[in-house]
Amino acid sequence: MRRELRLAGFGGQGIILAGYILGKAAALYDGKEAVFSQSYGPEARGGACAAAVIISDEAIDYPVVTRPDYLVLMSQEAFTIYGPLVNEGGIVIMDRDLVETTTEGERIYRVPFTRLAEELGNRIVANMVMLGALAAATDVVGREAMEESIRTSVRERTVPLNLKAFAAGYDYLAQGEAA
Amino acid sequence: MTGNARVLTGQHFLMGDVACAEGGLAAGCDFFAGYPITPSTEIAERLSRRLPEVGGVFTQMEDEIASMAAIIGASMAGARAMTATSGPGFSLMMENIGLAVMMEAPCVVVDVQRGSPSTGLPTLAGQADVMQAKWGSHGDYEIVAYAPSSPQESFDLVIKAFNTADRYRIPVFVMADEVIGHTAERVTIPPADQIPRVQRKRPRYAPGDESFLPFRAEDEDLVPPMVHAGEGYRVNVDSLTHDEKGYPATFAEPHDRLVRRLAAKIRQNAHQIIEYEELLLDDAQVVVVAYGCTARSARRAVALARQEGIRAGLLRLITLWPFAGQKVWELSSQAAAFVVPELNLGQMITQVERFTSHPVVGVNHAGGAIMPPEPILDAIREVVM
Amino acid sequence: MAEIAVASHPIDAVLRRDRLPHIWCPGCGIGAVMACYARAILESGIPLDKHICVSGIGCSARVPGYMNLDTYHTTHGRAIPFATGLKLVNPELQVTVFSGDGDLFAIGGNHFIHAARRNIDINVFCVNNFNYGMTGGQAGPTTPMGSFTTTTPYGNVEPPFNLAALAAACGAVFVARWTALHVRQAQEAMQRAMQKKGFAFVEIVAPCPVSFGKSNDIGEGVDEMWMYRKQCVVNDDADVTKIDVTMGKEAELVVGNFLDIERPAYMGYGKEVLGEA
Repeated sequence: MRRELRLAGFGGQGIILAGYILGKAAALYDGKEAVFSQSYGPEARGGACAAAVIISDEAIDYPVVTRPDYLVLMSQEAFTIYGPLVNEGGIVIMDRDLVETTTEGERIYRVPFTRLAEELGNRIVANMVMLGALAAATDVVGREAMEESIRTSVRERTVPLNLKAFAAGYDYLAQGEAA
Repeated sequence: MTGNARVLTGQHFLMGDVACAEGGLAAGCDFFAGYPITPSTEIAERLSRRLPEVGGVFTQMEDEIASMAAIIGASMAGARAMTATSGPGFSLMMENIGLAVMMEAPCVVVDVQRGSPSTGLPTLAGQADVMQAKWGSHGDYEIVAYAPSSPQESFDLVIKAFNTADRYRIPVFVMADEVIGHTAERVTIPPADQIPRVQRKRPRYAPGDESFLPFRAEDEDLVPPMVHAGEGYRVNVDSLTHDEKGYPATFAEPHDRLVRRLAAKIRQNAHQIIEYEELLLDDAQVVVVAYGCTARSARRAVALARQEGIRAGLLRLITLWPFAGQKVWELSSQAAAFVVPELNLGQMITQVERFTSHPVVGVNHAGGAIMPPEPILDAIREVVM
Repeated sequence: MAEIAVASHPIDAVLRRDRLPHIWCPGCGIGAVMACYARAILESGIPLDKHICVSGIGCSARVPGYMNLDTYHTTHGRAIPFATGLKLVNPELQVTVFSGDGDLFAIGGNHFIHAARRNIDINVFCVNNFNYGMTGGQAGPTTPMGSFTTTTPYGNVEPPFNLAALAAACGAVFVARWTALHVRQAQEAMQRAMQKKGFAFVEIVAPCPVSFGKSNDIGEGVDEMWMYRKQCVVNDDADVTKIDVTMGKEAELVVGNFLDIERPAYMGYGKEVLGEA
């Protein structure tokens, strides 16, 4: 089965790295096929920023995300641009403090990625919180695969903080749902 | 992300550009000269980090003209040398690509194609340099050009390009595109001892032996052995038309002989060079001929056509040059039509047309994004109606 | 009846005798400069097999074709980047670019300034004859103001480069200017360039009698040699920025070994940059 994911926000949030880690987790540690690509061009400087990941059990031919099954939004602008494009029945996860919306639904998760990262002492790991929430809300990539991908993708001395942030995002949704 | 080994054996998640760089390293590339240009820059960046680790040399030149000249000089000194660029830089390299042909200097040029002409679309994909690869430098000559469809194939084809370059003493192109260059997928890098390595043919004469003619092709493959700078052979290597001794011979007769040999060493060995992938061709009545990123869209289009009961198949070109004309000819006996999607206004389609009398339909876009499968599917439907 | 005047010559070992006679016109200065280069090679103490000569296109660029070395006759203007690649791969080689003023400073000008800036360890020997000889005497980047050429029929209106000043400004570690008359000095300058670690530049002013000489009332090659004899001033300490070559009938033509400094040579971005022991 082919599943398409879009991660969107603004430059500096680590969206691209998050997309890379996600694709890598699927392709190297979860026995799946995966394609990762990113937006290039003027929009990749400062303003809007988006990563696309396709994960499949079979070889992936056309490497383009058109209607994502999973959409992660980390800015109001991303919500405006990409919100309407989510596939029917798709799951949306957004930063509850950065995206203002009255949209509600079973498949909409609002997680304070950035605030949770700040509580851990560094907002730069908001992207890892986001990946944790994504892993908890979906079965697209296993938790262990994601953690291994983080370990092999970020600078060695930052591994503990990144993993802690990932866990924070994961627990937020996993426990929230249980509660 | 990088270790110290030349060959990073194992599984990696790499974008096509980085895979090109790692393919070069695995192939034994000692020398890279280049100039930053989107969307190929990641190749230079990766090699600036990696070549010093493995005892190679990276150098950033003042432009692509110099980059191409430098890799030819490096090749003549014995190095496996490469450069990487995109359209505008590829244009600047054309002059010295002719020099590499004339000097028979093996080297590898990666062109990560973007939207063109001119500055065009620096960050977005195109496939409009494929004719330039063949015809861009002045004069008659033959080259080899590969077109990767994935990061894994980018890795594999750069290795193959080095081997083909050394085998035939020619410049070899890897015609990637922005989509493949900037897309990350799993890339499996084999153990170092499993990476094929073709050695350059070397002289069978000792330095000083008067009977040695450095540009005489003694073997049937028409490839003369290669002398490296400083080995004592004291050879003249010339951009002018030259005789078998390497001396300028600027007359009609030696010119015809030299230019014919340079072309013939590729033409007569083309069957050993040409590569393609066949998908569902056994019973195909419509054959889609595609390459690079567009081949991925074509693969989807063929699958969708099959779901509709249309017997479509895909001939995916791995070598653009020499062109797989014989294969198109063979397919013509069974198929009724060809569809050729390209991110240009119709370049490789002219080659397909040369080898079939059946209808050949182009699906074209000037570039800027990968082609969606739908227009290809529409063309398939149209030709079977 | 023709008679062989000399059965052998001291520089035979460095020449491809089977390629002679050469293509240059009567009175041309390039042959004299080639002989300086040949003697410099013999005196350099570096084995002939390690000397490499690279050129671009033009009359002066034909020199490597006559040298019994590993020689590379490349494309117009591209000898320096070609030599750069070759040198970076095999730093043991003594690499010389031998070419003309048009090749090195018009079409190849960008490569020259960047090679000097990097301080790549090569020698650049430039025969400056103020015009494009091979194509029939057109104006180039060293053609003096007012000079007549086949593309400046009413006189040249572009100021020329002062090559010595350009090389020095761009970072060359050795800069000299001599003429085809100063064969001893030119040879010595070439030998010093070969010993130098870094970008070494020697300009050799030379006659092109059939084009530049004829069009500018200089006369035959020997007349231009007399002009050098009369007007040259040797001054190693000259301010390179003030020694333009005007080829005026009364003007001083300052020659000398103007610059000899030390600066780290460029080795490429290789293992040295890792800074490990």
